[in-house]
Amino acid sequence: MKIGTPKEVFEGEARVAMTPDSALQLQKLGHDCLIETGAGSKAGFADADYKEAGVEVVKTAAALWKAADVVAKVRQPDATEMKRLREGQTLISFFNPGANEAQMKSAAKTGATVIAMEMIPRISRAQKMDALSSMANIAGYRAVIEAGNNFGRFFTGQITAAGKVPPAKVLVVGAGVAGLAAIGTSTSLGAITYAFDVRPEVAEQVESMGAEFVYLDFEEEQQDGSASGGYASVSSPEFREAQLAKFRELAPDIDIVITTALIPNREAPELWTEDMVAAMKPGSVIVDLAAEKGGNCKLTVMAEKIVTDNGVTIIGYTDFPSRMAAQSSSLYATNIRHLMTDLTPEKDGVIVHDMEDDVIRGATVAHGSEVTFPPPPPKVAAIAAAPKKEAPKELTAEEKAAAETAAFKQQTRSQVTLIAAGGLAMLAVGLVAPPSFLQHFIVFVLSVFIGFQVIWGVAHSLHTPLMAVTNAISSIIILGALMQIGSGSWLVMILAALSVFMAGINIFGGFLVTRRMLAMFQKS
Amino acid sequence: MEFGFTTAAYVVAAVLFILALGGLKNQESAKRAIWYGIVGMALAVVATLLGPGAGLWLMSLILIAGGAFIGMQLANRVQMTQMPELVAAMHSLVGLAAVFVGLNAHIEIGRVASAFATAELPFPQESYGALSGAAKEVADQFRGFAAIVAKKTGAEITILRIELVLGIWIGAVTFTGSVIAYGKLAGRVNTAAEKLPGGHLLNIAAAAISVISLIWYLGSGGFFPLFLLTLAALFIGYHLIMGIGGADMPVVVSMLNSYSGWAAAAIGFSLGNDLLIVVGALVGSSGAILSYIMCKAMNRSFVSVILGGFGGPAGEQMAVEGEQVAIEADGVAQALNEADSVIIIPGYGMAVAQAQGAVSDLVKKLRAKGKNVRFAIHPVAGRLPGHMNVLLAEAKVPYDIVMEMDEINDDFPDTDVAIVIGSNDIVNPAAQDDPNSPIAGMPVLECWKAKTVFVSKRGQGTGYSGIENPLFFKDNTRMFYGDAKASLDKLLPLID
Repeated sequence: MKIGTPKEVFEGEARVAMTPDSALQLQKLGHDCLIETGAGSKAGFADADYKEAGVEVVKTAAALWKAADVVAKVRQPDATEMKRLREGQTLISFFNPGANEAQMKSAAKTGATVIAMEMIPRISRAQKMDALSSMANIAGYRAVIEAGNNFGRFFTGQITAAGKVPPAKVLVVGAGVAGLAAIGTSTSLGAITYAFDVRPEVAEQVESMGAEFVYLDFEEEQQDGSASGGYASVSSPEFREAQLAKFRELAPDIDIVITTALIPNREAPELWTEDMVAAMKPGSVIVDLAAEKGGNCKLTVMAEKIVTDNGVTIIGYTDFPSRMAAQSSSLYATNIRHLMTDLTPEKDGVIVHDMEDDVIRGATVAHGSEVTFPPPPPKVAAIAAAPKKEAPKELTAEEKAAAETAAFKQQTRSQVTLIAAGGLAMLAVGLVAPPSFLQHFIVFVLSVFIGFQVIWGVAHSLHTPLMAVTNAISSIIILGALMQIGSGSWLVMILAALSVFMAGINIFGGFLVTRRMLAMFQKS
Repeated sequence: MEFGFTTAAYVVAAVLFILALGGLKNQESAKRAIWYGIVGMALAVVATLLGPGAGLWLMSLILIAGGAFIGMQLANRVQMTQMPELVAAMHSLVGLAAVFVGLNAHIEIGRVASAFATAELPFPQESYGALSGAAKEVADQFRGFAAIVAKKTGAEITILRIELVLGIWIGAVTFTGSVIAYGKLAGRVNTAAEKLPGGHLLNIAAAAISVISLIWYLGSGGFFPLFLLTLAALFIGYHLIMGIGGADMPVVVSMLNSYSGWAAAAIGFSLGNDLLIVVGALVGSSGAILSYIMCKAMNRSFVSVILGGFGGPAGEQMAVEGEQVAIEADGVAQALNEADSVIIIPGYGMAVAQAQGAVSDLVKKLRAKGKNVRFAIHPVAGRLPGHMNVLLAEAKVPYDIVMEMDEINDDFPDTDVAIVIGSNDIVNPAAQDDPNSPIAGMPVLECWKAKTVFVSKRGQGTGYSGIENPLFFKDNTRMFYGDAKASLDKLLPLID
């Protein structure tokens, strides 16, 4: 089949749906590739590069639409393009099917197949073709870069000879793919980053990126994002109030706000109100990634950058991925290429449009002269629902105190019993044993105590040296042998001599080997 | 014969020994502390030579020098992997020395008694205090330890006999026990838990013989009961350690360490030497604590370890499902190249294969690439408490990336790759999952929570305890078969 990519006609769009790299891969699947001349130029891919990769460069869009069996593009097609769509042709593109019934119907009427990239289901198998995620990743990164471009200070705190620079404080609202990308970029630039999301289970992801999750003091059972395929859904009015109160409290301290909160198929929720903007310091920056859907801040002007009366810059650009066309084109083209791989199971250049396949079925909005939107729910749940955790029974303060007292009493009792028993035993020994023995016995008991106290403090890693050194000093028994060696009896002398000899081996062997071991321990 | 100088020197030496042990609380102070121990020992020996040991200086010095020569050779030649054997072998020397010194004490009592008998004087003395003129004359013939014995009263002589019997008994158990432990560690004796027919009854019989011999000896003062008792103790030492399997060796070695201390303390009592008592007690309690820590790490009671072997399984063990998936060096290398955080879990297998150098090279390479590489050490990894730490230190792995189990166990879920090198039971999830497993409840390193686990292992056998390890069958586990060192050598060039 022939896969063609026309030049994007949308004003300002710099991305392209096919790169020389992806074309090479597509050809391995048995497809031929076409591209409209100049389609990749804004993303930095020249026609010559495509030619080198074996792509046929077509002069006009009309010729391309005519020649291609599959048209892969980025933006939703315009009226002209819809007219060019013909029967049996497959269009792969962003399509906004939720608000684009007219085009879906017209495509179905023509008998063409339309695969909407935003409809790729969020299941693990389909991640490789999830263009929303790959574009959101870029948007999140670029949002921080744009914010930095409009922010008059450093992100990272520094203490320099020319004075102290406080670190920037960044708040990321919405920890989806874009939010997490923004968090990662912001923390790696050195800013103190906070993040908020209505789904408390993402707190762990947020913290793993190095940001601090902003928790609300809110009692309600919070929603589990897995029920809605990993996307956020609408929250209760009480929850919203608690959330706004928290933002109001944060607003005066925050230098950069990046809002990414979107609810599928709805207008973006207002999260950053006008009074919060007013409370921010002059020079602060707000980047509203939800501008296209009305914005998380009502002051946002779509596709523009404005400065409020109190000097807060609000960026409402909607073309962040397009601003990094080379990167986003290569990711988007790879998404398309993965989709084509799934559509070409035999790698023989024959497209099999399997409507039983969850991913393909989910993304197809028009097929076989019918509108196939909305798709049935996927057979595989996007994210396994988190098992309800049994909260361990929280002990009240009194119960805790009671337990502690009981434990303490128990300890006292056993200690007293031990001391009493030990004392009685000592007394019994004292009744029969001569005083000379008892003198030594005191020394013995005290030494055992000291031994116990000292050894508990020994580092775990030094247990082997400990054994070697105790081994060495246990050859103190040499003293006994030395005291006996001078005895008149030859038998005693021989035995004592042997003991001295063995203890000598032990002393030197033990200490030297301990030293050898200890010398090896070194810090990095 | 009182030696004020000697006693003073002993006090200093005792303090130095305490500092030497206390200094082991961290690596840096340990390097200083070892000198305290050496100086303390030197002081004690010199003070004894100048004082009560003043007899055959030349011979003593020659013997010490001879011992020193051998000791140095041993210390410099021994490989770090052979540390457990060395420690066990040296314990046996202390045990044997204790037996000899105890026997000497017995002989000295006999000599003193016969001297008194020849002079037709009563021995031991009836009351404590000054000797009568004639008795003093007899007592003054003796030097050193015998002179002390000559002045003892009847009760003191009885106590002395009990003490020397204790010294001999513990010393003898330590001696044979250590010899067997050495044999097992060096692979010269079968490492499996073995018992003679009759099992613990034999031990009990030997212990009973010991008690009867003690009573007999106290009554008669003859040599034969003492000899019998020594034999019984030697048998107990042999049989007890033979019955303990290889996996319990850390406990055994530290237990023998403890015994050698108690033997020294007992001898200290019989010789009336406080320094011996102090040091013996220090060593004894040190070994006892180490044994306790080891037992706790295996979630087993000291008694069950000492009585040998694992108890029979309490019920049907969980069947292990799945299959072991093998992987080659290039697969491991690829995963390591992509990983950010790596935790390595070494075990006895690393020591056997002498792979610590290769492990260290691997760590250096990975760390050079900015990866977070750490070691997780289980308290009973290896055959000696702290065995792995010493091996890694030898291979110049910085000790601050070597973590204890408790420090690192929570980090596994955030880890990309866990590498298990020659360890088995300490990473066995059955300890947590299967209440019927023989090691149920033993704390283990939860390496299976890492994203990928590589197990470097010789073949498909079970661990020392003979327990199947479900870890090897988990989905995220890949088996990297082969000798640990050979495997790592293959892996190293593939890390870029």
